[in-house]
Amino acid sequence: MTETNPGSTSAKDGSAVGSTRGEWPLYEVFVRGKRGLNHVHVGSLHAADDQMAVHHARDVYTRRNEGVSIWVVRASDITASSPDEKDPMFAPSGDKVYRHPTFYDIPADVPHM
Amino acid sequence: MTTQVNDNRFDEAALQEQFDATIEAKDRIEPRDWMPEAYRKTLIRQVAQHAHSEIIGMQPEGNWISRAPSLRRKAILLAKVQDEAGHGLYLYSAAETLGVTRNELTEKLVAGKQKYSSIFNYPTLSYTDVGTIGWLVDGAAICNQVPLCRTSFGPYGRAMIRICKEESFHQRQGYELLMTMMRGTEAQREMVQESVNRFWWPALMMFGPPDDNSPNTEQSMAWGIKTHTNDELRQKFVDMSVPQAEALGVTFPDENLKWNEERGHYDFSTPNWDEFWAVVKGDGPCNEQRLNHRKRAWDEGAWVREAALAFAENQTAEAAATPTAADATPAAGVDTTTPEETAK
Repeated sequence: MTETNPGSTSAKDGSAVGSTRGEWPLYEVFVRGKRGLNHVHVGSLHAADDQMAVHHARDVYTRRNEGVSIWVVRASDITASSPDEKDPMFAPSGDKVYRHPTFYDIPADVPHM
Repeated sequence: MTTQVNDNRFDEAALQEQFDATIEAKDRIEPRDWMPEAYRKTLIRQVAQHAHSEIIGMQPEGNWISRAPSLRRKAILLAKVQDEAGHGLYLYSAAETLGVTRNELTEKLVAGKQKYSSIFNYPTLSYTDVGTIGWLVDGAAICNQVPLCRTSFGPYGRAMIRICKEESFHQRQGYELLMTMMRGTEAQREMVQESVNRFWWPALMMFGPPDDNSPNTEQSMAWGIKTHTNDELRQKFVDMSVPQAEALGVTFPDENLKWNEERGHYDFSTPNWDEFWAVVKGDGPCNEQRLNHRKRAWDEGAWVREAALAFAENQTAEAAATPTAADATPAAGVDTTTPEETAK
């Protein structure tokens, strides 16, 4: 989930490199903490291109062995669900309690359930 | 995304209600949530000031990197100053989620339109100050920052969590440096005491003006941006520091500093607030030097930022000019040994 604010000019101009007062485009950074874990969003940074973004991400976000792998992506290339984190988009999953294991009553003495 | 909001024509009162409910529940506000304009402005001001403090804060100690007394101390100081740069970047990154650009913030800083912590306007006169800054200045920063990990704005809180983890190294390296000097000669012990005398009051002022003269505190606490008042944090810092000073074998320059059984806290004198306001307004010993240095670095680095952009544009243009070749073989100069998961 990007944290880029839609109102941020740096996010908007990401596709047109250098169009707003020469600011490097914004990248979002994802780090895999160790083998077996997902990449997790850790923050953002500015870089002139993809390779520089990876190098900067190493220096800014992994100075103490915080990661074994880094993804960077232009903030402007991220499509997000909606401006509101509490959007009704997620409402349909709210009333489907039968999707959870605790919905089903099983006698306590049945083993391994 | 902005148009979506306009289509829905949410009533502002309903949005305010949702915002208040989130704050009330001690839940976090995230960048794309609606927020009152004053909340956004307050946060931009506070996070930017915090980010600037980290960046300007590189200077007083950076001065000593080339004159570190040993390779060990030099490696430690380099790592510490690099961390300060990193902290500044985490915070600028958080500020940008509020709809400002990093360039804008830097330009406001060098134009003197945004502030940074006044502690960095005091000079570092000897290497001992590296130790004192680590112990007292970073110690005060930790006191201030630990509660900010639970601040109501998500990205700011997350940046603070990363920063606090690293500040602990800063404080411990400083205290260890001072301990080493205290085990040295009489002259070295005097240097430590002299340095502590100079930094004690400015460190206490880092928590900001007293509560009865801090107009923003009440609103910031109502919004969950701040969770403790300036005076509460200052007291906490004094209570923490006194036993550390005793263990080190130094004293603080305050004859009124003594344990108050009734309050369960140390009493201490009122800092010189006239000095505080003078430094905030630009009349500290190093205000001009710090700002000029930052401005020079910004101006002299402009060609590097522009050259990197021009190079990136050329690479894109080249790749576009030879589409088939680019598909078959990677562009020259690009490292092809990317790990399997660097999803391209």
